[in-house]
Amino acid sequence: MSRQDTSDIVFRRILAIFPISILILVAGIFFQLVFASLPTLKKFGIGFFYHTTWDPVAENFGALPFIFGTCVTSLVALLIAVPIGVGAAIFLAEYAPPKVSKAISILVDLLAAIPSVIYGLWGIFVLVPYMRNTAQPFLGKYLGFLPFFQGPNYGVGFLAASIILAIIIVPFIISVSREVILAVPSVYKESAYALGATRWEAIYDIVLSYGRVGILGAVILALGRAIGETMAVTMIIGNNVVISPSLFSPGYTLASVLANEFAEADTNVYLSALIEIGLVLFLVSIIVNILARILIWSVTKGPAEGRISK
Amino acid sequence: MKKVLSLVMAMAMVTSVAFADTTLVNGAGSTFIYPAISKWFDEYSKTNSNVMFNYQAIGSGGGIKQITAKTVDFGATDGPMTMDQMTQAPGRIYHIPMVMGAVAIAYNLPGVDKGLKITPEVLAGIYLGKITQWNDPKIVSQNPGISLPNTSIVVVHRSDGSGTSFIFTDYLSSISSAWKGSVGKGTSVNWPVGLGGKGNEGVSGLLKQSPGSIGYVELAYAIENSLTYANLQNKSGNFIEPTVDSTSKAAVGLNIPSDFRFSIVNSANPEAYPIAGTTWLLIYKQMDDPIKGKAIVDFIKWAITDGQKLTADLDYAPLPDSLVEMIQKKLDQVKY
Repeated sequence: MSRQDTSDIVFRRILAIFPISILILVAGIFFQLVFASLPTLKKFGIGFFYHTTWDPVAENFGALPFIFGTCVTSLVALLIAVPIGVGAAIFLAEYAPPKVSKAISILVDLLAAIPSVIYGLWGIFVLVPYMRNTAQPFLGKYLGFLPFFQGPNYGVGFLAASIILAIIIVPFIISVSREVILAVPSVYKESAYALGATRWEAIYDIVLSYGRVGILGAVILALGRAIGETMAVTMIIGNNVVISPSLFSPGYTLASVLANEFAEADTNVYLSALIEIGLVLFLVSIIVNILARILIWSVTKGPAEGRISK
Repeated sequence: MKKVLSLVMAMAMVTSVAFADTTLVNGAGSTFIYPAISKWFDEYSKTNSNVMFNYQAIGSGGGIKQITAKTVDFGATDGPMTMDQMTQAPGRIYHIPMVMGAVAIAYNLPGVDKGLKITPEVLAGIYLGKITQWNDPKIVSQNPGISLPNTSIVVVHRSDGSGTSFIFTDYLSSISSAWKGSVGKGTSVNWPVGLGGKGNEGVSGLLKQSPGSIGYVELAYAIENSLTYANLQNKSGNFIEPTVDSTSKAAVGLNIPSDFRFSIVNSANPEAYPIAGTTWLLIYKQMDDPIKGKAIVDFIKWAITDGQKLTADLDYAPLPDSLVEMIQKKLDQVKY
């Protein structure tokens, strides 16, 4: 055991290059973003993160409405997508006949490969009119006492963007969760049945408990996609720099403002402000990821089998 | 085998000769001028096979950046460079007007046809969020006989930075001191109200989907997509339909500065449509490369004369003759 072959050492070192190159890449992006946004970092300081004005003419920049928009759309998208995604994954892995499961899984993987601009176009021509004519009047009528469902109904806005995002990320959740559930050793399930567990109890207590780390991983992957998604959201969020509790309100996201304004940004301060938006997006992604990791750790204290043995 | 070899060699010689004689000219900037410039390149190369043009429609801001950095041979912009930007450039830059275009005010009001009369005051009021209902007395009084609904106005603007927005906000700044003071002009501004659509197609998408909406798009785009658009009151008080002709008129009788950095919005010409703009090519007065320099100047001279007929088919407004003469004199000062 103690003797190591030269080829082993060479192989190990070569492999080590790959993760290190990722580290260098991330650090490189971070420093480049900081360097290029120095003019606005100096001019606005920390205020850039909480000011609500975005005025390219007066060169007065604050990122809060965009941070708000990115967080709201991603969060609402997760609220919609996680139950659907995990539910579909359980059905496909546990209930559906193998042939049906296989066929639907192929369709799900196809969905994941559709370019987001297609979702955006579909959003403009199908989802937005539906939201304006049917869904939002309905929500306003029955849930209008909540601040989330008040205000003018344009069709475009946070809710439409969140639904598009949910549709975009659902395939990721289904695909990964299904694999995770299929990977649960059948001996655990069989033991549960042998002890008289119903199917629901076997799935809830054994399968989901065993696979919760993997499923949360799928959700984080989906969240990352939702935060960074640009084109589909830009096409239907309404692109209005406001902070409103209402999901009917048009809004704006970090990625959208970059896509919209980068090409025509002509002054140095303006360009620097947009690059700082990129930096904020980078930081928001990191913070959300860290929060999600902490969530996983808190859920998965102890080995996965620990809970099953109780 | 020998035959094949000699054939290959002959072909190689032919292509190398072709490459040796061809001058490649690179340009970048305005998306507004892109259809016109593609058409010009296409036609121009039929008679001038020794020049090859390449144009990247990356936006006016990008065009200014690239010509300042000299990564392209010419830029193109919908808004003139600021004094600040001019001093940052390593040499004297000439603005050469190439085409003119108008911005149409399109709306979606079921039952109301094209030609709704809109005054500057009403337009500014709508975009400032002060006029919010279609049956506002200020709109109704100008449009007797048209029944305007009691619905709220859905205001639509461009969300992406664009020359179209620049021309539109330039116009609002020139007719409304409230707009000039609180918003100003630019390719992107801090819009007081409204929904943002990405590109002309995004704006027209929102317009088509939302009854009671109003927005602005390039005239060519409005005509091609048969949008319903308004007749706007000009400086002389006449309500003018946006057309290629009424756009050209905006630069007639104008006091044109010698550096061509003019604005033709809110023209004093009584027949002019008031929201009109220009796209300029940006070139250095002192060209680095004599061959490229000559190729660019020759091309511009052709485009502002013979080339103007081609662009009229694409709903661009041709440059008035008086302006063409001034540009030709300016081009004679370019050194290469």
